[in-house]
Amino acid sequence: MRSIWMQIFVMFAVTYLIRVLPLTLIRKPITNVYIRSFLYYVPYATLAVMTFPAMIRATNSLYSGILAFAAGVILTWKKAGLFATSVSCCIVVFIAELIIL
Amino acid sequence: MKNTENKAGKQLYMEGLKDGIPVAMGYFAVSFTLGITMKNIGMSAVQGFIMSLLNNASAGEYAGITMIASNAPYIETALMILIANARYLLMSCSLSQKLDSTVNTLQRMIIGFDVTDELFALAVSRENKLEPVYFYGAMTLPLAGWSTGTMLGVIAGSALPARIVSALSVALYGMFLAIIIPPARNSRIISVLVLVSFACSFLCGILPGVSSLSEGTRTLILTVLLAGGAAVLFPVKEEAV
Repeated sequence: MRSIWMQIFVMFAVTYLIRVLPLTLIRKPITNVYIRSFLYYVPYATLAVMTFPAMIRATNSLYSGILAFAAGVILTWKKAGLFATSVSCCIVVFIAELIIL
Repeated sequence: MKNTENKAGKQLYMEGLKDGIPVAMGYFAVSFTLGITMKNIGMSAVQGFIMSLLNNASAGEYAGITMIASNAPYIETALMILIANARYLLMSCSLSQKLDSTVNTLQRMIIGFDVTDELFALAVSRENKLEPVYFYGAMTLPLAGWSTGTMLGVIAGSALPARIVSALSVALYGMFLAIIIPPARNSRIISVLVLVSFACSFLCGILPGVSSLSEGTRTLILTVLLAGGAAVLFPVKEEAV
């Protein structure tokens, strides 16, 4: 059996380098319009991909997940903040599952 | 002079701390379940705590745990982590444009410690440049929640009521929505990008072949294709970050 501590260290080394190299090496504003645009769109694409359908599958019931997703979209469309939206989604799931399950 | 600077710094730190609360809550729930998995393969609570404190990555850690469980060679673990966490490379590149050139190497090294999906999301939602102090505030509670959640998961196993775990599991996603929906409301391009991303993500989850890829890999591929497509079709000309 290989050392678990060594495995943990290998994981840390790779993960940290991935995160810290771009931050420390890219010091100047990127001027290429396509690269700039790409980096500008990255957060929206990546967060959207991670949210759906993962959000509706995260809970114990598909229905509570769908309700939480709907509540989240409506609330944020009405410009509710991070914290309020987050907590509301949790409450929606909790109440929905009390009723459904 | 110095006094007002300190005050501004403290205020920024507190602001970050507050924004980090939902992240920490979500992390606690997710890392708890991660801890249960670690316990199942024979890891100790201390190992779980340290792994989470150092790695801060759900999919990455999960991948690592499976490598440990299969007694994989270190080089394979390294490659697996590289693939599972490759999206952070993209996020860090994006984040580098959000930092002022006055932000020094040490500050960048601290920020780099905790570039996660959620903290990246908080960072990009800052209106102007990202203030390092704000990020330190934002990472404080999530770091604690993630590592102690993992540890408690190893120790307590399935003691937390399933209802609570289920409710907490949407906290992170609610936060993601709060970051992508308001800009989508103001920009047709972003709203289309978000909708197309939802659709592609859904399709990739059910298509044979693609769906067998890990979630992290799928996210990476889709991000590159979708953001790349948007950049080619709708290059941003003005001052957008």
